[in-house]
Amino acid sequence: MKNTISHRVADFLKHFPPFNLLHQKDLEKLSEQISIIYKEKDSVIFSENEKTHESFYVVHKGAIALKKNQKTLDMCDEGDIFGLRPLLAQENYVMEASAYEESILYAIPISVFKPYALENKAIGNFLIESYASNTKNPYSEVHKNNLYGEVIAQHDQSNDKEVFDLQPVKFSKKMVTCGPSTTAKEIAKILTKKKVGAILIVDEMLPIGIITDKDLRNKIVTGDYPITTAAETIMTSPVITYSKKMTVTEAQMAMIKSNISYICLTKDGTVNTKAVGILSKHDLMVSLGNNPAVLIKALKRTTKVKEIKPIRARIMQLLQGYLDQNIPMTLITKIITELNDACVNRVIDISLEKMNTPPPVKFTWLALGSQGRDEQMLHTDQDNAIVYENVSEVFKDETKAYFLKLATYINKGLFTIGYEYCPAEMMASNPKWCMSLDEWKNQVAYWIKNPGKNEVLLSFIFFDYSVKYGDREIVDQLSDSIFENVKANPIFYVHLVSGALQSPSPTGFFRQFLVEQDGANKDQFDIKRRALMPLTDAARVLILSHSVKSISNTAERFEKLAEMEPQNSELYLSCSYSFKALLKFRTKQGLLHHDSGQFIALESLSKMEKIKLKRTFKTIKELQELISVRFNVSNIV
Amino acid sequence: MSLFNFWKKEEEEKLFDENITIEETRFIVLDTETTGFDFENDRILCIGALVLQNATISVQNSFEVYIEQDHYDESTAQIHGILKDFVVKRPSEAEALEQFVNYLGDSVIIAHHAYFDITMINKALERNGLPELKNKSLDTGILYKKTLIKSHLFERKDHYSLDDLADKFDISKKDRHTALGDAYITAIAFLKIVKKLREKKEVTLNKLFK
Repeated sequence: MKNTISHRVADFLKHFPPFNLLHQKDLEKLSEQISIIYKEKDSVIFSENEKTHESFYVVHKGAIALKKNQKTLDMCDEGDIFGLRPLLAQENYVMEASAYEESILYAIPISVFKPYALENKAIGNFLIESYASNTKNPYSEVHKNNLYGEVIAQHDQSNDKEVFDLQPVKFSKKMVTCGPSTTAKEIAKILTKKKVGAILIVDEMLPIGIITDKDLRNKIVTGDYPITTAAETIMTSPVITYSKKMTVTEAQMAMIKSNISYICLTKDGTVNTKAVGILSKHDLMVSLGNNPAVLIKALKRTTKVKEIKPIRARIMQLLQGYLDQNIPMTLITKIITELNDACVNRVIDISLEKMNTPPPVKFTWLALGSQGRDEQMLHTDQDNAIVYENVSEVFKDETKAYFLKLATYINKGLFTIGYEYCPAEMMASNPKWCMSLDEWKNQVAYWIKNPGKNEVLLSFIFFDYSVKYGDREIVDQLSDSIFENVKANPIFYVHLVSGALQSPSPTGFFRQFLVEQDGANKDQFDIKRRALMPLTDAARVLILSHSVKSISNTAERFEKLAEMEPQNSELYLSCSYSFKALLKFRTKQGLLHHDSGQFIALESLSKMEKIKLKRTFKTIKELQELISVRFNVSNIV
Repeated sequence: MSLFNFWKKEEEEKLFDENITIEETRFIVLDTETTGFDFENDRILCIGALVLQNATISVQNSFEVYIEQDHYDESTAQIHGILKDFVVKRPSEAEALEQFVNYLGDSVIIAHHAYFDITMINKALERNGLPELKNKSLDTGILYKKTLIKSHLFERKDHYSLDDLADKFDISKKDRHTALGDAYITAIAFLKIVKKLREKKEVTLNKLFK
């Protein structure tokens, strides 16, 4: 039956091959017969050697990981098909498919689809080609195979790099081109606008020459030619062309051999066929590996929030690599935070572009909580706020409306790249977390003067802010105002400290680990609440009592404290060390389970690791004694 | 109430066999488009519903019927976009209700602000001399509130609209305000709510009704 949902399905499918090759009518018919399936994160759709289902799947939302022997071989994104080949080959599933994130799938019965694949030549060809060449995903390690082929060629690839080098290159299909009579000045403008370094000169889509940044520098800026010179005069010609099917290694060799930075790809590899893309050294670098510089560069080129998501996935790969190599935690934290910040910044930039007008006044984007402390390297909840300059009464409402709208874009964007919404709505799109400087000053003063349980909690979250975007000075003023208020209301410390002492104990009477009693994390150890938070909370109180501005990272706070109180330096340094050790535990667990790492399955730890973990608890205890004595908490609790 | 009675009460309230899982239960997720919000005077223009079982929605098994009505209110037409002389062939109210009741069977109903839709349908059944629905029902508006954290820092709203849920759960609002489109959003929201509740503790079908 044709209905609203089948329309929606058809509407989605028509954007993706091979469904875009179907006639609208057929597509609608097909859409009426599918099922929509919701899959929780980590749930299995089919496992290795399982008998095939009656349907194959298209990812509507989320991502599906294809694994063999626990190793992820391919990732299916929105619009990707999986589980089709075994159906056509009539054999059991070779790989396991499980939901990498929460996903919605369309299940298409093979009996409904097969007639189209056989009848419609274009679809058949698409399927054969995509199985044969794997052009879709350059990271895919799925073995090459024929659509209707026999048994998959099983060769174990021990070295990922090796496989990868032979993958087809991924090139930009959105070519920047111009005609032979375009002037150098116009070309410079186009290159700037499109943020690329080379333009292809084409004559009826056939490549006749190429002009790069270097050509403009060598020929125009030197004064050898005027800026009105036509492209055909200064272009490098003929163009060096290759077939679009070249591999990464071939492309590298070609660039080295001809000492060029750009390769033009054409349909058959000669200049006599249509140009299909340009491959730059940069593209090649990006596809070659994950290093911070490459990732930052890739980030800068993104124009849509969606494009940032895969880059974040690669940042996580990088993190895993660093942890495996045992690089010092301080360094890892710095690099990963820098990269995560760059992602956030890009989201904000893109959101600003969506606004019709520039911001009416200066503003600052603050990260709060663990992101504010630069301690959260994995996917986590958003906690953020906007502070903007004071405005006169007349513009008050419209200014607020502007920043709320901006914040809504940003929060949505951050969600898209993997930061969950804050369950308590501590996000800048909430009017309470999007205020002018004076409003914030009043708010914070209120918390400090009326320190009830909520106010203390709010202060805990808010006082760990760090500036992620925008004007630093506004926030400096806010910090000063906080210090003044705290000095004038010493009782506030007592409340902060008693709050800091309330975290649940990590071990029981017999020094056994205390684990969760119920829920999804039953029998797991909550490393965040029982071990990391006591350290974070204590560091915050102590650093506030010394009026130290703009250090929000817990480990760094302890190092600073060791410097300021030499008599306690041993304890503080051991706190800093413990904190880093705990953070490493958490990060490793998080990467292992693809979550925030808050809960640790104790049985997965070695004896050594458990001893290490317990040692940090002793330090925590000593620290808690120190603050409870210093701020004289026992008097009130 | 003594503690003893409290426990006893819980024992008695079990609606379903504890062995029945949420997954295997046949749910009908529904939404209606109406001429307005008055139970007596307003009429149902469209019923959209789908079967949800094993976290799967089969497009073929979904239900969408536009109903022939004399009563018409231009002001609500802007919302649902159903014009009086809408060309789709429309059965009479009695026919549509019969189709729907057959489709529904003894499934558990899920709807957003279920009271409204179910009352609207019951009033229509009454007008046509048919018995009212006996099905058990779940309201995503109420279930959603159970997923929210209990904190003084966070102000709950009294009512969460389907738009609120779609935003929170990142569900496309493309077919908002068509009965079947809204039913789809409600179904996905329901699945995500159950998942969220499960993160806190185990959830059974009976627990959803508490």
